[in-house]
Amino acid sequence: MTPHAELEAQIDRWRGYVQRRQAISPADVEELEDHLREQIADRQATGLDDEEAFLVAIKRLGNLDAVSHEFAREHSERLWKQLVLVPEGPDGAGTSPWRELAVVLTLAVGAGLAVKAGLAWIGDGDALMRSLGLLVFPFLAAYFAWKRRLTGAVAATLCIAFVVLAVVLNVYPFAKDGATQMLAALHAPVILWLLVGVAYVGGRWRSDKRRMDFVRFTGELAIYYTLLALGGAVLIALTSATFQAIGADFEPVLEGWILPLAMPGALLVATWLVEAKQQVVENIAPVLTRVFTPLTVVMLLVLLPVLATAGGLVDVDRNLLILMDAILVLVLCLLLYSISARDSVTVPGLFDALQLVLVVAALALDAVMLTAMVTRIAEFGYSPNKVAALGLNILLLVHLLRAAWLAFGFLRGRRPFAAVERWQTGYLPVYGAWAALVVLAFPPIFGFA
Amino acid sequence: MRIDKDLVAASATPLVLGILTEGDLYGYAILKRVGELSGGGMQWTDGMLYPLLHRLERLGYVSSLWGTSDAGRRRKHYAITPAGREALADRQEQWAVVADALRQVWQSPPRPAAAVEGWA
Repeated sequence: MTPHAELEAQIDRWRGYVQRRQAISPADVEELEDHLREQIADRQATGLDDEEAFLVAIKRLGNLDAVSHEFAREHSERLWKQLVLVPEGPDGAGTSPWRELAVVLTLAVGAGLAVKAGLAWIGDGDALMRSLGLLVFPFLAAYFAWKRRLTGAVAATLCIAFVVLAVVLNVYPFAKDGATQMLAALHAPVILWLLVGVAYVGGRWRSDKRRMDFVRFTGELAIYYTLLALGGAVLIALTSATFQAIGADFEPVLEGWILPLAMPGALLVATWLVEAKQQVVENIAPVLTRVFTPLTVVMLLVLLPVLATAGGLVDVDRNLLILMDAILVLVLCLLLYSISARDSVTVPGLFDALQLVLVVAALALDAVMLTAMVTRIAEFGYSPNKVAALGLNILLLVHLLRAAWLAFGFLRGRRPFAAVERWQTGYLPVYGAWAALVVLAFPPIFGFA
Repeated sequence: MRIDKDLVAASATPLVLGILTEGDLYGYAILKRVGELSGGGMQWTDGMLYPLLHRLERLGYVSSLWGTSDAGRRRKHYAITPAGREALADRQEQWAVVADALRQVWQSPPRPAAAVEGWA
């Protein structure tokens, strides 16, 4: 142990404190630390002990808020964090940033080619729809497997899961245009996405924190992908307009090559962007949540009386039920993302109360839905679609009920916020299990109808 | 004697540029030199020096270079540029005018009271 261990520890703490200031760059921190150490050395030379010297030096350096404010005035651009995709110099992890870019681009092209090949060889529309996710998501998992340096066991488990899914989706003798094949196609992406999640968390899927990271990642990815898609759409529109103006047909190239290659590729690129910017930019999903939570509450409060007075739950349109399911999923996402960004030590506030209102309104809606569904099932009997919808609704109901109960406890100060958070992340695998049940067990149970 | 904060702030730029004409220095050494020159009268908040140096660098008055200290730490050295010398000369003229005006007004004999009455 060095004789100045305590001093070093103090300087370390100070450095950590300064590093959190956005306006002060790492180079500035280094410069300030050099200053601090010089000052300390000079104080020590006059006979002060370590602690006294440190205190004097800190005092002389000035109030950190004021200093940081000065830095911000000089470097206002730093408050707009810049996204550095290919950082200069080695990042310590040993992998060069250019190599990562090469891996991402290779996988992006791979995913694009896989989809293109799928389009060419699996001509059948239904089979293609079932397998589309399988053609893209393994590349995403492969990126994380590379990035997180997955252990052989985890990687092998993932491979097996992908292969099992591929076999089931392609070997089951699904009836053409049947309900079970449609359900399988709808639920397979959920399983695939959770498998990507296992790769994302580096195999540590039991960790609540890692799971929450994956939730955050999913939200940011959706936003980045949308932005990339919008940019791509603008480019395509301009190109296609130009081709039209000179009288050439652009559509075959667009449909045959550009879309099949670009859409899966963009997913990989968006993934990489989210990974790269993790530390840099404020997450957007939670910001959107803040905006849309109050609006959604209003929407639910308008919808509820409309639905309740519509009457005749038996004749309720099936599309309406699907819409309601979509609304419930939206509510859950709002809940999840606001939780993902909340500091778990702050005391409950107005927004938490608003969230509880949101959940209770959603619960009321779900109750209406369940009544409608049960009446339909009693009236028309079971069908794969009805059972799948009922199952999803029960899952959502349990999720929301418990969330409401925990949020209520939190608002009254009876429970820590961590309990609310744990419930949300802990429940996620249940959806995966349900999706697996629908994909694997429903077709044989309902005779592949 | 402690110098008023506003005065310290106003004189900071010419003082730092002037110190740098004596040779390249790093932040802490600049502050030490300020202390020596003012007999400890000019107390700066140490941390404020760096945003100032960065501003001067952005304006092109000083240039910086990372070097290594005796202890082996990375250390940023600042040097004055030709543009900085021009700016300093300009500031010197301004300060000369101010100092001259102050000296005149303080050294001139107090006006006779009659003159004041004459204005009234």
